[in-house]
Amino acid sequence: MALLKGTLDVLVLKTLSWGPMHGYEITSWLEERSNGRLDFTDAALLQALHRLEERKLLAAEWGETANGRQARYYKLTSAGRAHLRAETAALLEQFGAVSAVLAIASAGG
Amino acid sequence: MSPRDDEGRGGIRRGVLRRFRLPLRTDRQTNDDAHAELRAFLDERIAALVARGMSTADARQEAQRRLGYSFHEAALVLQHSARTRERRLTVREFLDDLRLDVRYALRTLRRDRAFTLFALLVSGLGIGACVTVFSIANRVLIRPLPFRDPGELAWIANSGSGGLSGETVQAFTLRDLRDGSRAFREIGGYVPFYDVDNTAYTAKDESARLTVIQVTQNFFPVLGVSPMLGRSFTPDEATGTGAPAVMVSYLTWQRRFAADSGIIGTSVILNEQPVTVVGVLPPTFDFGAVFAPGTRIDMFEPIPVDEQVNRYGNMFTMIGRLAPGATVAAASKEVEAIAKRIDEEDSRRNDFTPQVTTLKEHVSGRSRQALVILLVSVAVVMLIVCANLSNLLLARGSAREREVAVRVALGAGRGRLMRQMLTESMVLALGGALIGLLLAVIGTRAIAGMSAFDLPMLSQVSIDGTALAFTTALALLAGLAFGLAPALQLQSVAIQGALKTTGRGVAGDRRGGWIRSTLVVAEVALACVLLVAAGLLAQSFRNVLDVDLGFRPQRVAAIRVDPARERRQSAERFVSYINEVLERSRTMPGVEGVGLSDGLPLRGNRSWGAKKQGDADIPENWPNVFVRIVSEGYIGAMGMRLERGRDFVAADDPKSEKVIIINESLAKRLWPGTEALGQLLVTDTVRRVVGIVHDVRLLAVDQESGFEMYLPFRQTGDFGAVNLVVRSTLPPESLTEALRATLKPVIPNLPTKQFQTLETIVDHSVSPRRFTTMLSSGFALFAVVLALLGIYGVVSYTVNQRTQEIGVRMALGAKPGGLQLRIVRQTVALAAVGIAIGTLSAWGASQWLEGVLFGVRSTDPVTFAVVALLLTVVAVVSGYLPARRVSRIDPLDALRSAT
Repeated sequence: MALLKGTLDVLVLKTLSWGPMHGYEITSWLEERSNGRLDFTDAALLQALHRLEERKLLAAEWGETANGRQARYYKLTSAGRAHLRAETAALLEQFGAVSAVLAIASAGG
Repeated sequence: MSPRDDEGRGGIRRGVLRRFRLPLRTDRQTNDDAHAELRAFLDERIAALVARGMSTADARQEAQRRLGYSFHEAALVLQHSARTRERRLTVREFLDDLRLDVRYALRTLRRDRAFTLFALLVSGLGIGACVTVFSIANRVLIRPLPFRDPGELAWIANSGSGGLSGETVQAFTLRDLRDGSRAFREIGGYVPFYDVDNTAYTAKDESARLTVIQVTQNFFPVLGVSPMLGRSFTPDEATGTGAPAVMVSYLTWQRRFAADSGIIGTSVILNEQPVTVVGVLPPTFDFGAVFAPGTRIDMFEPIPVDEQVNRYGNMFTMIGRLAPGATVAAASKEVEAIAKRIDEEDSRRNDFTPQVTTLKEHVSGRSRQALVILLVSVAVVMLIVCANLSNLLLARGSAREREVAVRVALGAGRGRLMRQMLTESMVLALGGALIGLLLAVIGTRAIAGMSAFDLPMLSQVSIDGTALAFTTALALLAGLAFGLAPALQLQSVAIQGALKTTGRGVAGDRRGGWIRSTLVVAEVALACVLLVAAGLLAQSFRNVLDVDLGFRPQRVAAIRVDPARERRQSAERFVSYINEVLERSRTMPGVEGVGLSDGLPLRGNRSWGAKKQGDADIPENWPNVFVRIVSEGYIGAMGMRLERGRDFVAADDPKSEKVIIINESLAKRLWPGTEALGQLLVTDTVRRVVGIVHDVRLLAVDQESGFEMYLPFRQTGDFGAVNLVVRSTLPPESLTEALRATLKPVIPNLPTKQFQTLETIVDHSVSPRRFTTMLSSGFALFAVVLALLGIYGVVSYTVNQRTQEIGVRMALGAKPGGLQLRIVRQTVALAAVGIAIGTLSAWGASQWLEGVLFGVRSTDPVTFAVVALLLTVVAVVSGYLPARRVSRIDPLDALRSAT
């Protein structure tokens, strides 16, 4: 199922709250935690990273990966951290409301 | 700190952040970067898949699937998003820096309230003055006239002599030009021989006098002015075959007719005749503002261009609209050719020596020089303001060396530091611009409301979009101008890494001192130029006020007392009317003299030809002579001087010998070397010269009028108005009431509002000069105050800086008095350089004033000497005040603070 609009951004921020990572690390972290149930393309992830950097929620730096490759590392800025907190609360609230509605037994049984 | 990333650091917090931001510059680098990121991502993904046991080919395919795009497409998409990111980040960083700089500047300025207040006030005054003068110049000189396609409009004047009569043309000349010209699509005209309040207006409950001006039927179409309500005149109305019609000006429609849109088609009573209102003119059309500054025109009535009007002589002022593609030069040639043809074909036609200019040139030409002088003055004032603020900021900058040094030590780059300092001056300049704008709004309102000034378009001056743009540009320029030197100075501090020393007398400071002295010299020099100009203009103004007008306007007032229609119709009834008016007003208490005249000096004029009886009837023997129709007593009431002969008497009536009084100039012209008194002169008829009066300034205070003659009311019917002139000891208000009561039996409804003192009239005539003098004196005063403050600032700064040196000297036995003298002497030396430069510049520049000076030469040594002396005094005072502080320096304290 496709992700709700804006959800990917929050997920990326959440991932990076564990520390600086490069693009592939972020996607594999997310795949692992969600058992591959999150549906987004790699291009979408990279675009999201650019977007978040543009909003100064992330900062980027080139660094070396564990296996000696160059990669663009992203880290959360303090603005990003604040944004993550606010958006997480909002998303959870929204999901709560959605599941409450869906949990009601249908009229026709 | 690597030199590579020395830009964009505002503070410590930001510096840390910045280290995590990749320093990317060009789009190309950004593209490469995005490409590399994608590449690395895919490599990682494939490596991971292969590690899980997939074949390399399958892993590639899977990676491609997960990407969601082909590799090429994905690269393009990501490069685009990366470029957007970089661009927005750059803009945002710039704005962030700006916000920080502005906040920093505001904080610093708040800390130093006195300085900030002073700087805002000075730049506000400077900018306010600039914007006000600019707005006037923009309206008068630059902006097009408020007509349709104003560039096509031309002024066709007759360059003959004799005031208005020489500048106008006969009806048939207008007709021939209009019909014969191809360069002009259309030519219209108006009759400039109108008097203010020339028409009696009566309504149910009121009576008033209105100013009505006669225009040709096509006058408004030529200008491209369409009525706001109703229509223009029809040809029938113009030839007099239709019903009498008028058009009403917007202001009069508003004030007198309560903006009633139902007015079209109704009748109003003018001079006891019903006249139909056919149109109301739009608010944008202000006849007075363009053609007759300071005059309110209430209504317009059509005048035919026919045989009868042609017989009245020169009547029309012409305005033409050029045909598409035609130039003024071409039109001018054509008009000359037509004028020549008229001259050949019709020998009885009055002379017509055409002169064609654009209407714009005609309207703004008179005030161009005065405005240019004001513009230059105000620009000089602004330069002084900048020099002054620059100096203040420099002095402040020296006091802030430590702060700057700390900032440099904390990693502030040079560019960044300079930007910060410039932001500070920009904030000051923009704050000043706000104040200036406020002042300019007040200033332009006040000026637009000054109907007393005889300058075209003045009533339409206001702060508009152009003025706003000008203000912004000026403020930015000024901020840059006065912020640059201090910013550069701080930079030199930064280079020295001033943290290690706060000692005095380092190289940078000496350079700062040199800049400061130069600025003071410049201020004094510029103030000197302004003072000389203002001095010369003020002297001219005083000379103009001292001119022998030929009459004494003090305590003289005038009012229109045109007789009702039936009283004008027969000579006997008119004579009894003027007898009654004169008799009644003469016997009023407090009245010293009364008289009647068809026109007042400096207010409208007309001229007739006049020759000595017996001279041949050739044009050379017929000089143009200004003519006034007056009653007995007028010459005395006006305070004119009867040199020889007698005034008119009541017995100079239709039955007695026709008489005339002429001025000295005419007497000398017609009877050189012989006595003119008792001679016969030919004008409307043959008249005997019974009196000779001293010349009167009829046209303008600063202009000789030439030939004049005065005819008695009782011996001619050729007049357009009757003014009662009263010389009295009463103040104008009580005189008005007394007159109203006294004349009630003869004139039931005397509209007393339109009572004028002769002094007002003289004042109006000298008002353009007063305007220029007032403003230029104001600017000069401001300049002197600024120069004084500039010198004061520099000297007191120097004294502060040299406290230790002075302490040492005093410890070694120097007397405070001697030290003070030294400081004052240095100040005067500095000022002397400024005065010398200023005097030389003023000497060169003042020749350019020659055209507007009156009774004073542009190199008037007295003015120059007084200015130099004044500035020297200013220098002594502004040097002495801070120097006094020397005596309060305690040598011990001074020496102690040095360690």
